[in-house]
Amino acid sequence: MSSPVSIRNFSIIAHIDHGKSTLADRMLERAGAVSEREMRAQVLDTMDLERERGITIKAQAVRLEHKAPDGERFVLNLIDTPGHVDFSYEVSRSLAACEGAVLLVDAAQGVEAQTLANAYLAIEAGLEVIPVINKIDLPAADPERVSEELASILGIDADEVIRVSAKTGEGIDELLNRIVRDVPPPTTDGGDLRALVFDSYYDSYRGVVCYVRVVDGTLAPGDSLLFSATAERHTASEVGFLTPLAVPVARLGPGEVGYLITGVKEIDRIRVGDTISHPGSARIQPLPGYAEPRPMVYSGLFPSDGEDFERLREALEKLRLNDASLVFEPETSRALGFGFRCGFLGLLHMEIVRERLEREYNLDLVATSPSVAYHVTTTDGSSFEIRSPQDLPDRGRIQFLEEPYVRAMIIAPSEYTGTIMELVQARRGTMDHMQYLSPERVELIYNLPLAEVVFDFFDQLKSRTRGYASLDYEPGEYRASDLVKVDVLLNGQSVDAFSAITHQDKAYQYGKQMVERLRRLIPRQLFDVPIQAAIGSRVIARETVKARRKDVIAKCYGGDVSRKRKLLERQKEGKRRMKMVGSVEVPQEAFISALRIDSET
Amino acid sequence: MQPDSVELAEAAAVWSGAYVHVPFCARVCPYCDFNVVAGRDDLQHRYESAVLAEIESEPAWRSLDSVAFGGGTPSRIPARSLAAIVLAIRQRFGLVEGAEVSLEANPEDWSEPLAESLIAGGFNRVSFGAQSFDPAVLVGLGRLHDPADIDNGVKSARQAGFGSVSLDLIFGTPGESMASWQRSVERALELEPDHLSLYALTVERGTALSRAIKGGAPAPDEDDQADKYETAQELLAAARYVRYEVSNFARAGHACRYNLLTWAQGEYLGFGPGAHGHRSASRYRNIHRLDAYLEAVEAGTRPEQGRDQLSSWEREQERLILGLRRAAGAVAGCAGEALLESEWGRRLLGAGVLGSFGGRIVVDKPLLGDDVARAVLALAPIDC
Repeated sequence: MSSPVSIRNFSIIAHIDHGKSTLADRMLERAGAVSEREMRAQVLDTMDLERERGITIKAQAVRLEHKAPDGERFVLNLIDTPGHVDFSYEVSRSLAACEGAVLLVDAAQGVEAQTLANAYLAIEAGLEVIPVINKIDLPAADPERVSEELASILGIDADEVIRVSAKTGEGIDELLNRIVRDVPPPTTDGGDLRALVFDSYYDSYRGVVCYVRVVDGTLAPGDSLLFSATAERHTASEVGFLTPLAVPVARLGPGEVGYLITGVKEIDRIRVGDTISHPGSARIQPLPGYAEPRPMVYSGLFPSDGEDFERLREALEKLRLNDASLVFEPETSRALGFGFRCGFLGLLHMEIVRERLEREYNLDLVATSPSVAYHVTTTDGSSFEIRSPQDLPDRGRIQFLEEPYVRAMIIAPSEYTGTIMELVQARRGTMDHMQYLSPERVELIYNLPLAEVVFDFFDQLKSRTRGYASLDYEPGEYRASDLVKVDVLLNGQSVDAFSAITHQDKAYQYGKQMVERLRRLIPRQLFDVPIQAAIGSRVIARETVKARRKDVIAKCYGGDVSRKRKLLERQKEGKRRMKMVGSVEVPQEAFISALRIDSET
Repeated sequence: MQPDSVELAEAAAVWSGAYVHVPFCARVCPYCDFNVVAGRDDLQHRYESAVLAEIESEPAWRSLDSVAFGGGTPSRIPARSLAAIVLAIRQRFGLVEGAEVSLEANPEDWSEPLAESLIAGGFNRVSFGAQSFDPAVLVGLGRLHDPADIDNGVKSARQAGFGSVSLDLIFGTPGESMASWQRSVERALELEPDHLSLYALTVERGTALSRAIKGGAPAPDEDDQADKYETAQELLAAARYVRYEVSNFARAGHACRYNLLTWAQGEYLGFGPGAHGHRSASRYRNIHRLDAYLEAVEAGTRPEQGRDQLSSWEREQERLILGLRRAAGAVAGCAGEALLESEWGRRLLGAGVLGSFGGRIVVDKPLLGDDVARAVLALAPIDC
């Protein structure tokens, strides 16, 4: 057990790709926690997918040991944070376990939207912020300019900004010394145990593993523990810290960060943000937790093969063991059969979940158009939330509809201001304010419907600003909008999977786009297939897939019989994989392609 | 007898045939995926000997109703070689009275002396690869003849005494206009052939045509081909030609026996490289490559490359698939009854593609026949 005065708990916060994981690796290497052999690139990113996408999904905590220039030894707990806008709730979670934050900025890119968003989160959480510029070895590095930007945002002197290269290791020692000097040691009131659960994950051998920050008292194996939020009692079977290898210890004391294993097998029974204490202790003043992660985007996930429904359920349940932000409930689609309505933190989260389901669980999935949660107020005055266009009541019963807005922060070189304004206006956004971070860089704050953001807004923003703009957003209020439900009909029959709720002004565009795509994707059938987009009974777009006219092998003689049979067998298999929508055969591919979010807007 | 008569269609099931594959060609047509060689005419002598040896080593069988020479280009090898092979077949197996002995021929190879030699060698039917009467279309198809060669070919075949003359035409070549196609059909009809085969140009994998289309050349168009098929069908019907299969039309008494035998699931022997045979519920094929085929036969071994032994259910499916290509349709039987009751089959009935009467099934829209075949293949096996 370390004395609180020699402990420093900190996070690294940064915009995506500014080098957070590489810096963490370098610190681990420098602080001797990881041997050469264990040192794979970016040890904190454990999942393959994280490695491939270069993003960190799961916060983790690692203990480092650092000897200050005067010889004094310190324990540094580095709590890793994710770097994508979808996962900002995890950032705030990690920050609650820290006293300091290293604010890392790319020396060439400069301050970006999530640099600011994360800096504000850290300041709000009362953390000591240490500004650091990374990648000073890059030819395009402009540490002077970036230091100025950081200084003006944080209200500090530009020469307080530390310059490092996580790649070469330059400046790392100075940074470690600054952490020891500036980050306050944890404080304790000396009372009985209070510990914060700031993360958890499911391990198939050990059950649920909690990451905890002990605030007061001590936590030891054998302790009987009370979890405030759930009011459940569990016994600590093991406590320890990560180097990043697990090192069991006899106890964790005030200010320490580590892991706790209780033998609980169901992750639902442990609430992240909960306070742990000893039952019977006089006071249980819960530590400030944090808001539950709220899904922002919903999509239906359906197995291509209806027989995989149970496998999909099992896979989702397994994923949820390590991802409490994933929510799902069974959903039935006439077109797609049985599946699940899933809630995600954002589009990236949705993509990651889908990819993991397909890759790790070998499922072939169809995902419906992402949708947000709308508030419906009906003519009888009752209000409720809907997460799927199918749940929208008849138009006659709706008094008004509200949609969620977000407050979006965009940072970009000022020359792109006009382009960004155009894009945001096309997406029904209104400007809140703008300010220049420097003569060359501008920050624009908008209120935007979330539905407009989840549909390729980020991609559009990136492509229109040559990749220079960055985006962050936070949930805002619900506002009444002129929303309509657009249905897509195949041969007169509505296909629920293609229905969408859109703004009145965009309904025609959506409808036209869907019917045109489907005309290209649906093969010709034995009869003409009309494809219509409609609002209620009003058809707003129409295309026709003309009936098939020729589908026959021209030559079939003695030498062709076996060969042609094999060809027909293959074609038959292709047909078998089609979904019947009424009497229309729709290839799986049509669902996937028609619903694909792309820049065709 | 009418080409589409039910009696004829069913009688063919007990016929016996032989197919001789002649792989030699002057050049390979861009759309062709048959087993052909160009520029290896030096192997023709060895080829003749190998085919004769293969026939000699074949166990005795029944007398044959039909002998068909296909290719490749049978007319590319000397008439005496063709005659020697016919003679060997006749001696080995015997030919029934009035047996059909047919060959495919390219118009540019044809001549009066050739026609006379073939008649003397026992041939009584010739099918010319006319393809089109439009010189531009012929060039597009990589053909070496001009329309006048077709006229001369048909006339000299008639004069020499061929009892059945057929023309093959290809429609729907990209760039071929409807007027051009119509003119080709009319020109063909002016020659009064006994039989006509009309083939939609098909893009086969691995052909020069397929590569050209991948490279951006125009592909045949489904609607264009359907229009042309329908136009031709009207012209042929008016000229008293009867459609008896998807692509085949004939005047009374001139349906091709070898074709009928194939669609009735009859048995036939195959000789030559890549030739297929069908006997005792088994479909077998010879070694594909000419040189490997020659070496195998010269080494005294059977040049068989492989065979598919069909289960009784597979045979039943095949009976229906092949039979339904005919205008006469097929006896419904066990697979047919199942087809009519299946969901897929009911859709086809509803769309007017499939029809049924008197225990028979017919495909009423021959241009959509493949979906019927796929529906048959999708049936769950039945113990018939």
